[in-house]
Amino acid sequence: MTAKPEMKAADIAKAVAGGQLSALAATEAALARIKQHDTVLNAFTDVTAERARAKARAIDADIAAGKKVGPLAGVPFAVKNLFDVAGLSTRAGSKINRDLAPAKRDATLIERMEAAGAVLVGALNMGEYAYDFTGENIHDGPSRNPHDTTRMSGGSSGGSGSAVGGALVPIALGSDTNGSIRVPSSFCGIFGLKPTYGRLSRARSFPFVASLDHLGPFARSVTDLALAYDAMQGPDADDGACTTRGVEAVMPKLGESISDLRIAIAGGHFQKNVFPEAVEAVSRVAKALSATQVVDVPEASRARAAAYVITTTEGASLHLDRLRKRPNDFDPAVRDRLIAGAMVPAPMVDRAQKFRRWYRAQLAEIFRSVDVLIAPATPCTAPKLGQVNFNLDGVELPVRANIGIHTQPISFIGLPVVAVPVPLEPLPIGVQIIAAPWREDIALRVAYALEQMGVVSAPAPRGF
Amino acid sequence: MAEPLDDYIDAVSKALALPVEEAFRPAVRANLEVSLRLARLVDEFALPDETEPAPIFTA
Repeated sequence: MTAKPEMKAADIAKAVAGGQLSALAATEAALARIKQHDTVLNAFTDVTAERARAKARAIDADIAAGKKVGPLAGVPFAVKNLFDVAGLSTRAGSKINRDLAPAKRDATLIERMEAAGAVLVGALNMGEYAYDFTGENIHDGPSRNPHDTTRMSGGSSGGSGSAVGGALVPIALGSDTNGSIRVPSSFCGIFGLKPTYGRLSRARSFPFVASLDHLGPFARSVTDLALAYDAMQGPDADDGACTTRGVEAVMPKLGESISDLRIAIAGGHFQKNVFPEAVEAVSRVAKALSATQVVDVPEASRARAAAYVITTTEGASLHLDRLRKRPNDFDPAVRDRLIAGAMVPAPMVDRAQKFRRWYRAQLAEIFRSVDVLIAPATPCTAPKLGQVNFNLDGVELPVRANIGIHTQPISFIGLPVVAVPVPLEPLPIGVQIIAAPWREDIALRVAYALEQMGVVSAPAPRGF
Repeated sequence: MAEPLDDYIDAVSKALALPVEEAFRPAVRANLEVSLRLARLVDEFALPDETEPAPIFTA
């Protein structure tokens, strides 16, 4: 058999393990599709073709020798270019980092994906230093939306969204500090998992905001998302924030009934500043889940403000030396935000961190009586590349500053979220399925149920 | 006429040894205005004295 473009990771792995498809054929199909379409999508910054072929041949040799292969055998995947890939400089979307020595060892999550049989085929475009919601990049050009290439892929994991949305690879990895997995998932019409803070190791990835950074997978189905997630779990002494909890596999639970779950709609902040398409998407998901209760999340707007303050100041601290020595090598928009971040008075940062404790306690209280909160992933479908403002209820609002308003108050306290794609016309849009800390299983079960009902799905790319 | 934040930007630039080229200044000022507006929103919220900060966050 041959690997079809939109073949799911689970189907590829099954066919490879069963001998109907070789890992090499699956890999070659992904490489051919990247070659054919990435000139338009611009999702990839590096294609690791020879490495991928070598890995695929090794899997095929194991199968020929009768050895057991992992649950992702022969599945092509790619990673945001802030993950260390042995032999590549970890550019993190920047010009400056291209001067770094090539990484000697892969990021932990790449090692775990490959240990499960997956095949790394390349590194993906992203917004500079992950300080971005658009997927645009001044050095590498924008990654493009697979459903309309004149539109944003979303950031900062734009290449991850574009590559999976465009069905170049079935799985990609990205990072999410304020929404950088959930926003591209929404704009590109795919599934994305931002796990609980500390769940997945960030070892050997380029940081942005240590206390807000998460890594996670993107996929075209919930099963594929869960397969990747399960393969990547587990403690890692190389990431100081990584949990010591053991693997809590979700795959065996995915099809469990959700009838016992208490599901509510996030109110207040999460119902403001939204376009009709976001309202429609939340409404469809809520209706399918018979969710009618609206729960006000107290002070979510302030939580978003506090996340902004912590981000801009921690980001400034991370990049201070580069801002001093090489200011003209930054994307000016990122540089000027970071310089301003360096100038925020320290007490305001301390208060933002203290507010975080308070806000976390409020959400913990909500999750005593609710299992899942539903909220928009983005206020709108993908804007045009380069778009500066959008008009909402007669008010002109800046696009960049408002794309993440519904994701920031959630990652601020590390809650696990699955972004699910609602296939509206003409463009898809995502909804956040939010659970209590360490309950990725619940968010994934709900996402799976919605997928089974046909309410959410990754639409076939049609922009190229 | 000098903008209200310009003296502050000059002083912090000096204290941090972080040069701000004149060409950057308008955008840095605009970004700082946004950052300070959002920081004030947090600042206005009264918190108990006992509240611990979360620089090392646990979910």
